[in-house]
Amino acid sequence: MNIIITREDLKKINFFLDKVVTSSLAHSVLLIDRSGQLIAQYGDNLEIDVLSLSALTAANFGATAEIAKILGEEEFTLLFHKGKSENVYFTAVGEHVIMVTLFDDKTSLGLIRLRINQIADELSNALVSIFKEKKEIPILEPQRLL
Amino acid sequence: MPFINFSKDEIQCKIVYYGAGFCGKTTNLQYIFAQMGENSKGKMVSIDTRGDRTLFFDFLSLNLGKIRGFDVRVQLYTVPGQVHYDATRKLVLKGVDGVVFVADSLKVQRKKNIESLINLAKNLAEKGISIRTVPLVIQYNKRDLDGTDSELLPVETLDKDLNSMLKVPSFSASALKGAGVFETLREISKLVVKDVSRKIMLVDQQLR
Repeated sequence: MNIIITREDLKKINFFLDKVVTSSLAHSVLLIDRSGQLIAQYGDNLEIDVLSLSALTAANFGATAEIAKILGEEEFTLLFHKGKSENVYFTAVGEHVIMVTLFDDKTSLGLIRLRINQIADELSNALVSIFKEKKEIPILEPQRLL
Repeated sequence: MPFINFSKDEIQCKIVYYGAGFCGKTTNLQYIFAQMGENSKGKMVSIDTRGDRTLFFDFLSLNLGKIRGFDVRVQLYTVPGQVHYDATRKLVLKGVDGVVFVADSLKVQRKKNIESLINLAKNLAEKGISIRTVPLVIQYNKRDLDGTDSELLPVETLDKDLNSMLKVPSFSASALKGAGVFETLREISKLVVKDVSRKIMLVDQQLR
């Protein structure tokens, strides 16, 4: 399966990510796919290494899914890591996507969870249509590599 | 699974370095990381390397320049080579677009190379990918040990063991010294980009 994100798709996705940030007071939110590719990012603190964060998040999710299987669960659908000032909340959105919400002490885990629960289903529906649409683009010829 | 982002005009692909334990997968990435310019690489992330063994994976993101206006970004991953880390290897293979199989030229590793290649075929098949169609390059590593006390397999033997059926491009290399490392990367990148282009064909300019 290929993922193709058009400007229109990104607009749709950013609408939901904006909703997450403004309603939960998180400072930034990333959307990544389960193989570790960054799909979208939104928020103010994005000077961090988001590519590595995406790869590690996908791995983290995959590893905990294996832990879940050992315990007889299909998957853990949310993960939370707490730091001294930075916290991160991971949520599975549909089959292919993970939402990574970064927040500090301006908000609380409870509010983050509440808002994300409200928005995740809507976002999941929007993503289903994005992932299902068969999009085609012009043939690309390798011209210059390395 | 290539990821094409029209809002940033960017294509992201995932390339996995696969092979038996201690064959030099991480060393390949370390050499690439050391040689690439600051503008074209991200940070190299290695998870829990304990006593020179990769426990989960290494990760390196590279910008390969533009193809028809699209920035091509490849993400290089390694897998842990040790037999008992199969679950981790399966995780890293998720969404793979191309594979570099690193073979250890040491004679004592002959059986392990073959086992690892069979393991790759099996793990790809579980994801519905055939080892015969996935972009694949084989690298015969540690050729710099030729002429030393270490007993090496001739390239012809490695070819017969690993590449007689697949017939994919292969390169002699020394990941430690750098010979063959970029040749391998260049070839797999070409194959992946070609494959992505083949998969995503026909014209629909209105998407842009």
